[in-house]
Amino acid sequence: MKISEKEVLHIAKLARLELTDEEVETFAHQMGDILTYMDKLNEVDTTDVEPLSHVHDMVNRLREDKAEPSISREDALKNAPETDGTFFKVPRVIKE
Amino acid sequence: MKYEVVIGLEVHAQLSTNSKIFCTCANRYGEAPNTLTCPVCLGMPGTLPVLNEQAIHFAIKTGLALECSIRRYSRTARKNYFYPDLPKGYQISQYEDPICYNGKLLIETDGKPREIGITRIHIEEDAGKSIHGMGSGTGVDFNRCGVPLIEIVSEPDMRSPAEARAYLAKLKQILKYLNVSDCNMEEGSLRCDANVSLRPMGATTLGTKTEVKNMNSFRAVEKALEYEVARQTTVLDEGGRIEAVTLFWNDATEEAVLMRSKEEAHDYRYFPEPDLVPISVPEAMVETIRGQLPELPAARAERFLKAYGLNEETVRILIAEVEWARYFEDVVKTGVKAKSAATWVTGEVLRVLKEREAGLDDFPVSASRLGELIRYIEAGKISNQAAKKVFETMLTSDQAVAELIEAAGLSQVSDTDFLETIIREVLAAHPEELARYREGKKQLMGFFVGQVMKKSKGRANPKIVNQLLQSALESD
Ligand SMILES: [Zn+2]
Repeated sequence: MKISEKEVLHIAKLARLELTDEEVETFAHQMGDILTYMDKLNEVDTTDVEPLSHVHDMVNRLREDKAEPSISREDALKNAPETDGTFFKVPRVIKE
Repeated sequence: MKYEVVIGLEVHAQLSTNSKIFCTCANRYGEAPNTLTCPVCLGMPGTLPVLNEQAIHFAIKTGLALECSIRRYSRTARKNYFYPDLPKGYQISQYEDPICYNGKLLIETDGKPREIGITRIHIEEDAGKSIHGMGSGTGVDFNRCGVPLIEIVSEPDMRSPAEARAYLAKLKQILKYLNVSDCNMEEGSLRCDANVSLRPMGATTLGTKTEVKNMNSFRAVEKALEYEVARQTTVLDEGGRIEAVTLFWNDATEEAVLMRSKEEAHDYRYFPEPDLVPISVPEAMVETIRGQLPELPAARAERFLKAYGLNEETVRILIAEVEWARYFEDVVKTGVKAKSAATWVTGEVLRVLKEREAGLDDFPVSASRLGELIRYIEAGKISNQAAKKVFETMLTSDQAVAELIEAAGLSQVSDTDFLETIIREVLAAHPEELARYREGKKQLMGFFVGQVMKKSKGRANPKIVNQLLQSALESD
């Protein structure tokens, strides 16, 4: 299966990745190969077979609606790339 | 050209659970930023979500109230996109198999009933909140991240902005009756996006639609949609084509501004959420929840009409808010006539609530105290006018109702000797009117009653005044 360079660039954009021209070419080939490999599955007759999303039969692992203490703000902000002590700070997301 | 307006709404409601949807952080509004978080809702690597049972129950409850089918087996899905308020880089939502589908909601505009289809209701998590205008950057508060939401998607069945508003109001009313969301649009616990398109009258295919976001009040919904309908009409009338764009409503300028064109719209790459097992809803669970459904607005209206003999308009007002209906019934329970209770609740009580822009939660006059006041009127111990004055004092005082009446000197005078004295004085002061009355101008009765009431400073019992006046006027 062929993946175009345009498709690679689209996927890279969605993943917020910047690729060099060589990488675009390499990934186009590699992704194409993966899909060709996956195409093998089309040889199997799956009429009347429900698509599988989970490998076991387990359902409803639910939690009772009870609140527990959260972590402190200080701890929460420890992994922030930037903070003013109250908020996680990120580059401005909207234009003024 | 004449166009038909086609509107569909996507409504997000935050569920009133105690904890968030996938972690045990409290679900509370208005706390200090970033104090309600944990590794799960901050999207730390290696953490796993565990679904809150109550969120499922609330979604099913809403589905049943909106006459939806409940899916016996449904799954969560990942919706992938990057935004700073979404720490995992994806939102856990539902995609192909929402928990509720295929429902309907009956609305009424200008007395005409219309059925609006409900396409689906699914559960998902809320994102954090971005705080803009912090100098160089944007601040993010994750307290809201992971708060449970239901998204209620309607069919494109609405034909005017007024219908869209009526639909939203009805939906809010039902969610509040169900007690699944507090539906506070200003605090963002009820949010609404709209899809709008036009088509030539009589056409059956849909025109290109635009999406309108950021409508934070009922009024804004109607205004924004009117704006967008007018804009699309102009474009089409000038021979132009509608572009599939997203518009952001600015309530201050009353304009919708372009957010992004749909060509660059997100490619969400939904796939089944591997960290959560599927949700199975057995018949018994649906029936249990069905059994817990409260009386809904339509049924309550019916009952109020029959049980209390009230007129339709009064009932419509009383049931508009679940707490008003409850308060009214609490007043009735104190043993007063339903009609007096209804008059007081729809009159004085709602007037004060509107003036204060407040709800009944912090209303100072309890139903039992209002009932007590009404009993004084019904017993003829105080006039209706005087009761209104006492009610005014009850807004700021917890003193016993009897004491407030006494203190205001408003207890009604039924003392015949006293009233006869006043009547004699009134007749003596108005000989001309008296003569005309006796010549047959019986309408002057009202004038004399008014004079007596005035002289008694509104304290005279009007019934007794009437009797006494009658005999005084006829006797001589
Ligand atoms: Zn948490």
